[in-house]
Parts: sequence; structure tokens; C-alpha cells
Amino acid sequence: MTGTGSALGVPAERREGRQKVTGGARYAAEHPLPGRVHAWPVPAGVARGRVTAVHTEAALDLPGALAVLTHDNAPRITEPDDPTLAVLQTPGVPHRGWPVALVVARTPEEARAAAEAVRVEYAVEEHDVRLTADHPEAYEPEKANAGFPARREWGDPDGAFASAPVRVDVSYHVPPLHNHPMEPHTSTAHWDGDRLVVYTSSQGGTAVRAVLTALFELPEDRVTVVADHVGGGFGSKGTPRPDVVLAVMAARETGRPVTVALPRRHLPSVVGHRAPTLHRLRLAADTGGRLTALTHEVVTHTSRIKEFVEQAAVPARVMYATPASRTLHRAVRLDVPSPSWMRAPGESPGMYALESAMDELAGALGMDPVDLRVLNEPEREPDSGKPFSSRHLTECLREGARRFGWDRRDPRPRARGEGPLLLGTGVAAATYPVLVGPSRAEARALPDGSFVVRVNATDIGTGARTVLAQVAADALGVPLERVRSEIGDSDLPSAPLAGGSSGTASWGWSVHRACTELADQLGSRTGPLPDEGITAHADTAGLADADSPYARHAFGAHFAEVAVDTVTGEVRVRRMLGVFAAGRILNARTARSQFIGGMTMGLGMALTEGSTMDAAFGDFTEADLASYHVPAHADVPAIEAHWIDEEDAHLNPMGSKGIGEIGNVGSAAAIGNAVHHATGVRFRELPLTPDKVLAGLARPVTSGRGG
Amino acid sequence: MGAAHDDGTRATGHHSEVTLTVNGTPHTLHLDHRRVLLDVLREDLGLTGSKKGCDHGQCGACTALVDGRRVNSCLLLAVTLDGCEVITVEGLTDGAGEPHPLQRAFLDRDAFQCGYCTPGQICSAVGVLAEAEAGHPSHVTDPATAPGRPVALDAAEIRERLSGNLCRCGAYPRIVEAVEDVI
Ligand code: FES
Ligand code: FES
Repeated sequence: MTGTGSALGVPAERREGRQKVTGGARYAAEHPLPGRVHAWPVPAGVARGRVTAVHTEAALDLPGALAVLTHDNAPRITEPDDPTLAVLQTPGVPHRGWPVALVVARTPEEARAAAEAVRVEYAVEEHDVRLTADHPEAYEPEKANAGFPARREWGDPDGAFASAPVRVDVSYHVPPLHNHPMEPHTSTAHWDGDRLVVYTSSQGGTAVRAVLTALFELPEDRVTVVADHVGGGFGSKGTPRPDVVLAVMAARETGRPVTVALPRRHLPSVVGHRAPTLHRLRLAADTGGRLTALTHEVVTHTSRIKEFVEQAAVPARVMYATPASRTLHRAVRLDVPSPSWMRAPGESPGMYALESAMDELAGALGMDPVDLRVLNEPEREPDSGKPFSSRHLTECLREGARRFGWDRRDPRPRARGEGPLLLGTGVAAATYPVLVGPSRAEARALPDGSFVVRVNATDIGTGARTVLAQVAADALGVPLERVRSEIGDSDLPSAPLAGGSSGTASWGWSVHRACTELADQLGSRTGPLPDEGITAHADTAGLADADSPYARHAFGAHFAEVAVDTVTGEVRVRRMLGVFAAGRILNARTARSQFIGGMTMGLGMALTEGSTMDAAFGDFTEADLASYHVPAHADVPAIEAHWIDEEDAHLNPMGSKGIGEIGNVGSAAAIGNAVHHATGVRFRELPLTPDKVLAGLARPVTSGRGG
Repeated sequence: MGAAHDDGTRATGHHSEVTLTVNGTPHTLHLDHRRVLLDVLREDLGLTGSKKGCDHGQCGACTALVDGRRVNSCLLLAVTLDGCEVITVEGLTDGAGEPHPLQRAFLDRDAFQCGYCTPGQICSAVGVLAEAEAGHPSHVTDPATAPGRPVALDAAEIRERLSGNLCRCGAYPRIVEAVEDVI
């Protein structure tokens, strides 16, 4: 781009794109380090108990084996805030798959063979991994994830429900889900004298450095964390995971650079998962369709060592106007791996349930599901009473309906077919909060007329380098090609993670501020710049994290068309369309890819993805990509993402809301609602695999209404 | 990492000498019989463009071309490939370092996000084009199509044939468009 037009919003090509398509982009295992060796973890083979002996002799006798770390000989670390990082410190086994040893060898083959030769003895204890809605140990935590109160209540939801003319009382089940980024969690640690250099696959290197300095008691200036290119994360790399701790231990123990690349099958038990959620929704409305009560109660599991409560009832506090509401989370501590963040924690399963129930309510009322949602739009955020900084859900629904051809829909379920196929369409709404955190950044003007912005942002696939250069070019009022951005290294100014759809807002705010300051400096000086250029620094602490008097959320609407095969039970999505209101879109090209990526993950959640805790063994039965089915090319048809122009002056200097997660929110509900429309049968347990669909189709259909 | 295979392991007798031509350059390597092609590329030859997503033939991130056909390089024991020609994503650019038309199309279409599946998608697509040209049918090819004749690649054919290459970032629609661009 040239000239003086704003660089914000243009579909600029990814700056690292060429490296990525030619194989030159280096990920965490791929930095050449002479003498680098490989480590392979040994996962616990029992679901609960204690290690009583680790026999390492046979492993150490194998060619290439260099060391076996166990809780007996591994370096001691300071107790971490995150208990999942306290690996090889005690003999305790909190769940199956917990690392009980780490084998280091010269090559990956040797490390793997030696790991298989390690024999571990355990004192086994009884375990319980089964989540049920009425589990006797269910408790109400104080807070759910992200600090939300576990319970909120206003009005008299039970009384209002009991006396309402139209009611829906339904339960939904979302199974455990796995993030499975294509690059497994990987770290390479290297001691360069007394300096520690770590290449890691993480969503935020600043936090990795902070954790490593604390755990290994190192001064910050002796630790460098590089996360140059990261092969996806979707939440599971939001904070350091055991791979980086193990790599540093092994490098310290062997004196060699060590790579820990977690085998794919190990991921489900050590990097976090989306916890299963059991939902009960009670919606009550008057005969005109106005909600009179909304209750959303969620039961989920957490591990013995860490409390993580998927905040799935939280979006019900944001979405619809209702005079009476209860939203409540209960958790059960089980002998399961620790759950964690997966793309849109809370919103993703919560909106699946809420938006499915809204569809059921529309059916019970005999009302169009778009109209029902529009009718129940709140004027202020229902829970807080705050005004919305902007809310254009109605516009998204209307625009989506227009583009999708919703008005041609025959509302009757099971009204459309093609031979053995039943066809249907569905709609659902989406929401995701606006999150933003303080960040530092630096902007430099060089004598050759170019500019460099530096911030320890991370590109997990969002295109951070590109969009930050756009923010800088806009703030400086210079052509985009004159701006370079440096990210992905903890020696750069500190920055928060790429997570919670907050990265671009957080980093961009500090980049914008540094560039504005630099522009001021440049405007007030004369004569050539010194060789090293001039530099401006920014820190948005106190600004980006200041409380807002507004409720700030992005919104969206999903539409889906499905074909259900009555012979095989297979559900195929024919098309999906999303319309989003997410503030200003900063790069049309990369934004579209993020929305569509989120929608695709929602398709997986609806149709193919589901994990199971094996009650006897206490592990996930679908641990690899052959058994846990992420969507493949053939599953993904035409997917379109659109957005409406939304101006919102209460966000950040760019006027942007996060877009990494909202594409995922509600998309599974739109597909589920389309399946109901196609078949007249309401399926309430994900994923909608052929076994469930065939069984459902075999049940007699009594009524299409509220199914 | 070639230096790792020195005397200590030679003594076990589990190594062999193998010659592979990779991106036009012949390499004679003393290889552990357990070593798969993917690890030869990444560890011995420093060609890290081929990615390890699962190491089990489940994701396609490691896709490369062996004697012109696409393979999951994580599933092929390198010792079985003596004399083979291997092409990786690094070998697709022309002599002047200009990207292959498919690589260019991936850039133009924004057919990736994190980029980790991308080399595999691109190598796989190169294989797909050759297979279709040679008349290999797929699950979605009209059975009435004359055998041995080139198969026309529409979006459904491309999706079907690329389904062994997973993309967790969900770049699928753009990848299909990128492949359509070069047909
Ligand atoms: S790494 Fe070879 S198929 Fe996944
Ligand atoms: S681009 Fe990230 S997995 Fe395909």
C-alpha cells in the first residue's frame, strides 16, 4: 500500500507467508543447535496412586540413552502456581498419563525405545473418572474460569418458570474435547553458559519466561524464550505446559540442548482439554415469546490437582433480556487430567446449549428463531446492568438471514428431502467478551525512512506481525511497507499472550501508543536522524486494564444447512454462513481466515469431535487423530464469513474487538438446530455421529415442536 | 545430527547405508533401521519444512513426494528407500528461489494460518495434480469416467483427495481455492 490511506483494514498479505509456504519457517523443534538430543516422557500407567519404583537400568543400557529423569533424581523446582507443571517432583500420580519419567537419548528413535524400556511400579488406588449430573461430590465453586462468579441469580426464576404458559426444560451434553493444534507441544532448551535459551511452542513467551525464572530460580535477564512460529494453540498453549519444564530439566541434567516434542497421543492427558459439560436449561416465555425466566445450570469436572471450571453458563448472563435468571456452575473433582482452555472456554459449550434451547423455545412458541432472538434483545447487559459499548446482534441476524436466504425456509421440521436425505437449516447467535491486557511496545524511526515496532507478541496463526505493522503504519501515517515488526522473543518488550481473543487489542494498543509518541517526536525535530534512529516506548498498564463503564462483547449469527442421510445416519453440512459484529476489522484477509477457522472447529464439535473417559482405565479413549476426528477437507463445504461495519469508541485506539474465538461460538448450535429442522428429532448430546442419529431416527416422531 | 550415528550404534548392527536423492541432491547416509524418512529429512538433512504432526500417518503434515508420489514420510522406514528420489516443500521452489505456482496460490488465497500443515498440504496437492492427470479415480469420481483418462478436479474432488491432510486452523476452503487456481 502506498499513499496516505489508512493501513487498517486492508487485506495485507501475511509477512511470514512466504517462509511458511516454502518450509523456511522454523518451529520449536527446528532451530539448529549442535549436539541437540531428544527426550521422551513416560506417562503414568495408572489413574491414581503412587510410583513405588522406577527401573531405569534396561533403558540406560540401550544405545544412545543418556539419562532417565524420575522424581528421585530430577532437578528440584520451586513450587509452581500451576500444579500441572510440578512434574517429576513427587511420586504421586494424579491421573493416567501424568509424566513419571523422562528419557533423554541422542535420537528420537533411541529416546522412544528407551522410554518403552523403563519399567514403573505403582501403589494403585481406586479411581473415579465418571462425571454424572447428580455426582455426590459435586460442589459449587466460588469462581468459574476467568474469575466469573459461579452463581448469579435475579428475580424468581423457579416461580416464573412454574407459572409460565410456554416452557422448555432440556438437558444437553458436550463431551470432553481436545485442542489438538497441528504442532504438538514442543520445547527445546539450551544452556548457553549461565543463560537459558528456550524455543517453545507457546501462545505467550513473556509468561513462559516468568514461569521458568520462578521455577528454576533464575534472574529474568538470563532467560530468553523464543516463540517465532507456533503451529496453533487454541488455548492449550496459553500458559507453559510440562514440555517446557521437562526440556529445561533435561538440558540442565545432560548439559546438552534437549527437545521435548510431546507425542500426539500424550497431548490429551498433559496439555489440558475442554472439560465435559452437562447442561440443564429451563426457559420460560409468555405466549408472545418474551422470556420470563432463564435458568442455565452446568455440571463439569476438574482434576484433583487443579480447579478449572468451564464457565459455560456465563453467556446466559449476556444474551437475552429476562426478569428472572439463575446461572450456576457445579464441579466434580475426579481422577482426570486437568482441564484447561480450549477456544472460547465457556462460550463455546454454553452457547451450544443456550442456542439449542432457544431453538426449542421457538419451536414451542411456533415462532421464527431469528424473530425470537430479536424480540428478546436486552437494552443493557442483563447481569451487570451496564450499557453495551456496542451490540449489533440483530443486524448480524438480519444480514445473515438475508444472505443465507432464510426467508425461503419452510419452518416445518422434516419438510424437505432428496431421496434418502433429509434437509434442514438452522440459526444460532454468537457472543464473545472483549478482553484486553496491558502490554509494552517500542517503536523506532530509522534514518532510511523505515520504522520498526517491537513487542513480544506471538503469532499462532493470526498474522500478528502483519496486523501490528498495519496498526503502526496507521498511527505513524506512513505506508505499510516502510514498517517492520519484530515479535516472538522475550527479549522484546513484554506482552501478554495470544489468548482470549485479546492479543491484537493488547499488543496493538501499546504499538499504537508508541507510534503516536514517536510521530510526535518526529514532528517536533529537525535535521537528520542519528544512525541508531529514535525510539519511543509505551506501556499500557493502567490504561488497557482499566475498568470500563460499558459491557463490551462481540456478537454474531450463524446459519447452517445440513443433509441427514436416513440410511447411514450421516450428517453432512452443506453450507455455513456467519455474520459478525466485532468492531473494526483490522485485516480483512486474515480476519476472514480466523472466523472460518473458528466455524470449522464448531463443525467438528457438532459432528465429529468427542472424547470419552474410559471408566475402567481412567484415560481418554480417543487420544490420537485416528480416533479423535477433527474435521477434514471432505467435511468442510462452502463456509462464508461476513462482518458488519461496527464503530465502537469504547474499546481501544483501533476500535477492534477480538475475533479468534467468536467464529467457534454458536456454530455447533446452528448445525444441531439444522439437524432438528431436517429430521424433526432433537439430539441433545454431541457430537451428532451416525450411531446417535440412526437411533434417534428410529424413535417415533411425535411432534416437531420443541422436539 | 548425522554425527549421532557413530561407533556406539554401528556395533549393534541395526544400521545400513542408504542413498537418497533429496531435492536433486544425492545423500549417502548411515541410518538406524528405525529411522523414518521424516526424521531423515528433519534430523539428518536439516530439511524441517516437512512437519511432524502425529508421527503415525494420521495428519499428513509430513507429506513429501517419493518418486513422484505423495507419501506420509513418517510412515516410511528410510532404509527401504535406497535409490529413491525425494521432493520436499523446500524442493518445490524453482532454481531462482521463486515459489511454485501452488505456493504462490496459497499466499494469494491466505490458505493457511499457523502454517504447520501447509508444507504437507502443498506437497499433497502436487501429488493430487499428478494423480488426477494420470487418471487415478477417487471416491467421488464419477464411475462412468473413462479409465486412464485425466480426471477433472472440481472442488469435491480436491476436498476428497486432500482429506488426508488435516488443518486444525480450518483453512480448508482457501486451500481448495488455491488448488483450483493452478488447475
Ligand atoms: S506426521 Fe506423518 S501423518 Fe502425521
Ligand atoms: S494452517 Fe494451522 S494447521 Fe493448517
